[in-house]
Amino acid sequence: MARHTVQLTVNGAPRSAEVESRLLLVHLLRDEFRLTGTHIGCDTTHCGACTVLLDGVPVKSCTVLAVQADGRQVQTVEGLARDGALHPIQEGFMQEHGLQCGFCTPGMMLTGAALLERTKSPGEDEIRRAISGNLCRCTGYVNIVKAVQHAAAKMR
Amino acid sequence: MSSTPRTSPEVGGMGHSIRRKEDPRFLRGQGQYVDDVVLPGMVYMDIVRSPFAHAKIRRIDTSAALKVPGVLAVITGETLAQYKLHWMPTLMSDTQMVLPTEKVMYQAQEVAAVIATSRYTAADGVAAVEVDYDPLPVVVDPFKALEPGAPVLRTDKPDKKDNRIFHWETGDRAATDRAIKEAAAVVRQRIYIPRIHVASIETCGCVASFNKTDGKLTVWMTTQAPHAIRTVFALVAGHVGLSEERIRIISPDIGGGFGGKVPVYPGYVIAVAASVVTGLPVKWIEDRMENLQADSFARDYHMDAELAADASGRITALRIKTVADHGYADAAANPSKFPAGLFSVCTGSYDIKNAFVEVDGVYTNKPPGGIAYRCSFRVTEAAHAIERMTDMLAQELKVDAAEFRLKNFIAADKFPYRSALGWEYDSGNYEGALKKAMDQIGYAALRQEQAEKRARGELMGIGISSFTEIVGAGPSKHFDILGIKMFDSCELRVHPTGKVLARFGTKSQGQGHETTYAQIIAEELGIPAAHIQVEEGDTDTAPYGLGTYASRSTPVAGAATAIAARKVRDKARKIAAHLLEVSEDDLVWEPGKFSVKGAPAKSKTIQEIALAAYTNHPPGMEAGLEAVNYYDPPNLTFPFGSYICVVDLDRGTGEVKIRRFVAIDDCGNIINPMIVQGQVHGGLTMGMAPALLEEISYDESGNVQGGSFMDYLVPTAVETPKWETGHTVTPSPHHPLGAKGVGESATVGAPPAIANAVVDALAHLGVRHIDIPITPEKVWRILKEKGVAE
Amino acid sequence: MIPPAFDYHSPRTLPEALALLGRYGDEAKVLSGGQSLLPLLKLRFAQPAHLVDIGRIPGLDYIREDGGVLKIGALAREAALETSEVVRSRYPILADTAAVIADPIVRNLATVCGNLAHGDPANDHPATMLAIGAEVVATGPQGARTIPIAQFFTGIFTTALAPNEVLTEIRIPAPPPGSGGAYVKLERKVGDFATAGAAAFLVLKGDVVQSAGIGLTNLGPTPIKAREAEGYLAGKKADESTFAEAGRIAASAARPGADRRGSVEYKREMARVLTVRALRKAAGRAAGR
Repeated sequence: MARHTVQLTVNGAPRSAEVESRLLLVHLLRDEFRLTGTHIGCDTTHCGACTVLLDGVPVKSCTVLAVQADGRQVQTVEGLARDGALHPIQEGFMQEHGLQCGFCTPGMMLTGAALLERTKSPGEDEIRRAISGNLCRCTGYVNIVKAVQHAAAKMR
Repeated sequence: MSSTPRTSPEVGGMGHSIRRKEDPRFLRGQGQYVDDVVLPGMVYMDIVRSPFAHAKIRRIDTSAALKVPGVLAVITGETLAQYKLHWMPTLMSDTQMVLPTEKVMYQAQEVAAVIATSRYTAADGVAAVEVDYDPLPVVVDPFKALEPGAPVLRTDKPDKKDNRIFHWETGDRAATDRAIKEAAAVVRQRIYIPRIHVASIETCGCVASFNKTDGKLTVWMTTQAPHAIRTVFALVAGHVGLSEERIRIISPDIGGGFGGKVPVYPGYVIAVAASVVTGLPVKWIEDRMENLQADSFARDYHMDAELAADASGRITALRIKTVADHGYADAAANPSKFPAGLFSVCTGSYDIKNAFVEVDGVYTNKPPGGIAYRCSFRVTEAAHAIERMTDMLAQELKVDAAEFRLKNFIAADKFPYRSALGWEYDSGNYEGALKKAMDQIGYAALRQEQAEKRARGELMGIGISSFTEIVGAGPSKHFDILGIKMFDSCELRVHPTGKVLARFGTKSQGQGHETTYAQIIAEELGIPAAHIQVEEGDTDTAPYGLGTYASRSTPVAGAATAIAARKVRDKARKIAAHLLEVSEDDLVWEPGKFSVKGAPAKSKTIQEIALAAYTNHPPGMEAGLEAVNYYDPPNLTFPFGSYICVVDLDRGTGEVKIRRFVAIDDCGNIINPMIVQGQVHGGLTMGMAPALLEEISYDESGNVQGGSFMDYLVPTAVETPKWETGHTVTPSPHHPLGAKGVGESATVGAPPAIANAVVDALAHLGVRHIDIPITPEKVWRILKEKGVAE
Repeated sequence: MIPPAFDYHSPRTLPEALALLGRYGDEAKVLSGGQSLLPLLKLRFAQPAHLVDIGRIPGLDYIREDGGVLKIGALAREAALETSEVVRSRYPILADTAAVIADPIVRNLATVCGNLAHGDPANDHPATMLAIGAEVVATGPQGARTIPIAQFFTGIFTTALAPNEVLTEIRIPAPPPGSGGAYVKLERKVGDFATAGAAAFLVLKGDVVQSAGIGLTNLGPTPIKAREAEGYLAGKKADESTFAEAGRIAASAARPGADRRGSVEYKREMARVLTVRALRKAAGRAAGR
């Protein structure tokens, strides 16, 4: 079966790889590029542990082919902190105890960061709806909502 | 103690909500979970699974799979049988298959494993393995399994003539029978708690690496109990040359455990065998459907409960007869002497003089298990039974559910309290917790609102749950797993510069041990938590321990930490006396330093003492400043709480909306209030989930229903209410820190609060009970039957 | 969960895409948002030899009003529909629908046209499109043809699209004065398919129904247009008793199957309950409430 060369920008840096047509974006990131902060939690596009930003928009990278990302911008959790300084969403999760086991956290933070790019002061319901494609089994979501609000305040 | 910390915020001892030490790596995506482990030459394993719930295997044809480019080997039961590794013991001294040689016993059972150079080729290999099956009669219903003439499932056991695994009973049967007979009021109910699954967001998996040259096996695996796993591997595979000093289990960062990562699953063992056979490191990561369909389930208890009261409205007796569906093997993760776990805490928070419970464990054509789902061994089942029955009895007696509880609670001055089923509750103040919950939610006003809504035909319910937990297994006299006593451990070293390395036999899966253990040491030694490095999960470096489950880390390993730190402090006192040239009795300790009585300016900080331990220790004393403790708890601890839930029902669709939920918990003295609150939030969500959403069931052919996230309904932020929490503090009298453990209280306490609220919304229509999960259709059927559906 | 091997094609123009579909016929599948197709591949429920990704064809992601018609291009995402200003102000029934499809992250990739082309009776847009009388444009080697939505869903997971055609546009007539629509979905949790769903579109004159459209989700082997209920509503007063009767008639058109979401009886009742709720909300919107 055909192989393709894909060239994309990951966390601001150009990357390329030769991939099978069927390779999922999540496996390109994790197995080829060794960016293991993006996780896999289900098979059916429900859990959102694999969420990354594709051209700035949250997508489930287990439901995107690597070839579909050719020529595009991908941001993973590894790209959130800049020059060693945590992104406000990371600060929010730390200060508000928005994570426990940490497995859903990267996807949850990227979804939250993307929400704050388009809304400055999201209300509780809006945040809950925005993160409803990301499952967390540990926190009960209360502190994740607070973490996003904490980040929102910081970014305003 | 928790309200006014003894240490400064900079030290961060008990009672401080310090931020978690483990967070920076998780926030940067630098956690190291098992699927992040990559070794040179590593290959991948994927598993062929049975489509049938019960079938004879006629033939496994691996030829096409072996032709798939990249496939290296296919391992079957026959392969493992050559090494006598095709069966393995369970933690309950039953046996289960690693890979079958004759028949499969549940749908999704492992049938063969494909080893290949990538995940993708391994999956292609699995699709190419052909298996011929002869279906056999399927036994799904545990009651039918017990009937005479039912097909005997465990044909591998020549002496087994039926499907009963065990019969267990406790309490005074005659006295209980008599009390129920003489009671003024008795309520009876069959209560079913269905199969559910922990569904941690990280599934299970491992990387097994066997080095043929030195015979050393290293396994990175998703385990909550790495030391016990090492011993099990040594016992199971000793005959093929694995020896415990050459087995290293590493439990890396764990993406949620909740009990699901306690057992040894066949996949782990096959991966180890595959590494031995191929000489290569082998990675196996199960997918979500495998996780839900084959890994250990929780619950599946059919309980016939009876609760009796005298004419004055005092509860006099509890009797419960339970059929426990264990699937095809008893692979529960209970202490050995407790086949039904700690179910006998089912008298709950009430002063009940007479109680008798019996449990029959049964084989069926379902996956094995009987593990916890974020609870201490069968405590959720016990709490659900007593809390539902208490409401039912209050309803029967036409007494308010809160008033009925307050009347029947074990009074605060009766602790330590010996329950009718033999437990010694260490401490409690049940009335205090319930009254606080009632105040916080505005109970009286809610009852008023409910009355007004009922008059308008609107359906609103208020549900209470006043549960008692039993955690911290356990005292060595009664508690062991495969003979290993259920102590836990801390090994603590203070370095010359006053910094600490501490290692443990437990393993955090999100509970925040790296932070809370550091806080305990900070509390005891006055060394800032920021200077304390906590390590767990590597059996080559950590002291032996039984692991993290059943809320035992704080009660057992937390106690070990305090004792080890106190041993260090005792030695530090000797060194301080030497340095200050006074007798030990003349020294006063405050967190972080010893000073001379009456001359506070003369003092030595713990850091100065640590340096002296390596540079200027007293003559005749060993150098260094370290200690180890293996803590054998004198008793379990009994956290408790009172929860109140308010629901509104949709008369058209039957949907249940949780409007408010107040949770008052008491876990004794609190190490980190922020973490405790986080544990309660998570536990409440994992209590709400099976109350309203989650269930794994089987059709009559044994086909699993709810075996993917399409149908296994893990709640999102939208379904989850905004939890309101609070606490009371009743210290444990026997724990060195007065702490009790909290990770699971809310999972135990929440389901009956929700079920009681829904039933309460319908109680005026004569509804007494609804089994969980309370789906919209279940509610709608009642609305329709009662003629109140929209 | 690993998809089986396939070849991937990424045409840059519609004619190129059509040529590839023509060449590979039944062996090819159109890949657009991929949020239904890729999960099917991962479960190996489908094993096409070729995927033709139309995602890189420029100019197909529009949502715009044009000559009294709302046009939704093949690559318009659900998230774009949900947040589109023209949709929110003039076609709230579409915003209702988009907002309850799968989850917000899936909606960032899932396309509106894909939601119809997949032919899944559990998808949400079909009912809405049936209620508002949309048309779809199918483009093939011979050019474009227009298919009324009522003729589009031909069977379970089958549509009037030929294997060598692409659904390139949805056309929705601009709402006449006095009209309003709403979509109501009962789901077990976010991300689930509907236990049942109902779309209603009403054109009122005063308080009298001029015309009505009703579509039902996941209540039969195909999306259902509740024609009898629509007919009943015409000329009736838009009040609770009319809606109640319309709900009863609509429910009689439902042909649900039992599954984990509910029994046949429950789902049929939900068809009634949800139809009434959708009508109530649609009437409110029509009246400018």
